[in-house]
Amino acid sequence: MSAETAVGHDVAHESESQLWEGGKSPFRSSYGKIMMWYFLLSDAFTFAGFLISYGALRFSMETWPVPDFVFSTFPFMGTASAPLLFVSFMTFVLLFSSYTMIRAVQEGKRENKSGVIKWMIYTIIGGATFLGCQAWEWTTLIAKEHMSVTVNPFGTHLASGVYLDDEHGHVYNAGEEAETFQAGHSYLIHKEGGEWIQRRYQITEGPDAGMVKQLEFGPKAFGALFFFITGFHGFHVFSGVIFLLIIALNVASGLYVKRKNGYEMVEKIGLYWHFVDLVWVFVFLVFYLL
Amino acid sequence: MAGHTYEESKQIALKTIIILAVVTVIEVLIALAGKGHLISGFAPYETAYIGTLNVGKTIMYLLMISMSLYKAYLVIFEFMHMKYEVRGLVRSVLLPTVLLVWAIIAFFMEGDYWRASRAQVEEKNLEQVQEAMQPRGDVIKLEESTDHGDEH
Repeated sequence: MSAETAVGHDVAHESESQLWEGGKSPFRSSYGKIMMWYFLLSDAFTFAGFLISYGALRFSMETWPVPDFVFSTFPFMGTASAPLLFVSFMTFVLLFSSYTMIRAVQEGKRENKSGVIKWMIYTIIGGATFLGCQAWEWTTLIAKEHMSVTVNPFGTHLASGVYLDDEHGHVYNAGEEAETFQAGHSYLIHKEGGEWIQRRYQITEGPDAGMVKQLEFGPKAFGALFFFITGFHGFHVFSGVIFLLIIALNVASGLYVKRKNGYEMVEKIGLYWHFVDLVWVFVFLVFYLL
Repeated sequence: MAGHTYEESKQIALKTIIILAVVTVIEVLIALAGKGHLISGFAPYETAYIGTLNVGKTIMYLLMISMSLYKAYLVIFEFMHMKYEVRGLVRSVLLPTVLLVWAIIAFFMEGDYWRASRAQVEEKNLEQVQEAMQPRGDVIKLEESTDHGDEH
């Protein structure tokens, strides 16, 4: 049974009991759409499991990398700091691809084949752009900043202090202004020639004042969680783009014109695509905003 | 879609995406302004305390979380057309997610417990160093007193 006939029933004259007596869907929706909803529900639990484990591990650490320090690079801007700018751009790309998707579904409802193809192509471009951005983001983190699933060079100072000259134990850049930092400031441990540069510093405030320490790596879990969760989301985007391509080709071939069900297949991939956007709302919240 | 003409649905979709975009911009501005990236000298994320409660951070987080939940509502109910589905479908899909509320509370409390345990282990490790010195002194005293006793 198609969605159109199911929805077409006069809602007011049909009691709940009649709907449950068989022959038609109690949810006035097609089998395929209902099953897509339940798949998305199960997928939501998978993502929720990942994000909750992120939360639990973050709660278990004294410090956590500060997102506007970690994610502050932008293509062609070199080392200039642009906190959250690039990832906001990515969010907008995905958001607008959700809009183009709903436009494709609306054109499908009125059986406008060329309209469906046009808006689906925009959606595919949006999805591919998002993936490209994510590839750039990952490349920067892995190749330039040397973060991996087991090493997290992003740390946060627990107490105020001053950096020391590595050889003589003097205040760094003696003669010039001392390089100080406050509690809560972020640092990135650099890697030069395959060696980690863990700079030494002296604590100047608090109970440990006067102690000399060296930069420690940040919570290890950060890298693993970041690559795993954004990777899992990225894989959803990737599969979405593939399915969008296949369905766009089917639209172009005229397959859904024969089915005369208001391009229901486009509606179903639309549900999936919006879900990917929905998950990004929360990934964006926990990884980049909080 | 039910009950809407093509033009109406188009309008609703456009309105929804504009709201989503505006809310996202506000979220990012809160995240940046709160941490002192926009206005120099204004960083409630680090400075606004009442007692031990970081009020600035708490307000920022609550604002951003509620805005994200509002965005999720818009995506599910407008883009995914949940608003126009029958009640049974809405309930069977959305009610199970209420279970997550408990998962969030339980696991975050567990995470906080891990942190407390770790801090305690660190503290105890430091204590042991001092305690190890203490009994050694007692042992010497004990030997002295027994020596003393033998003389009598």
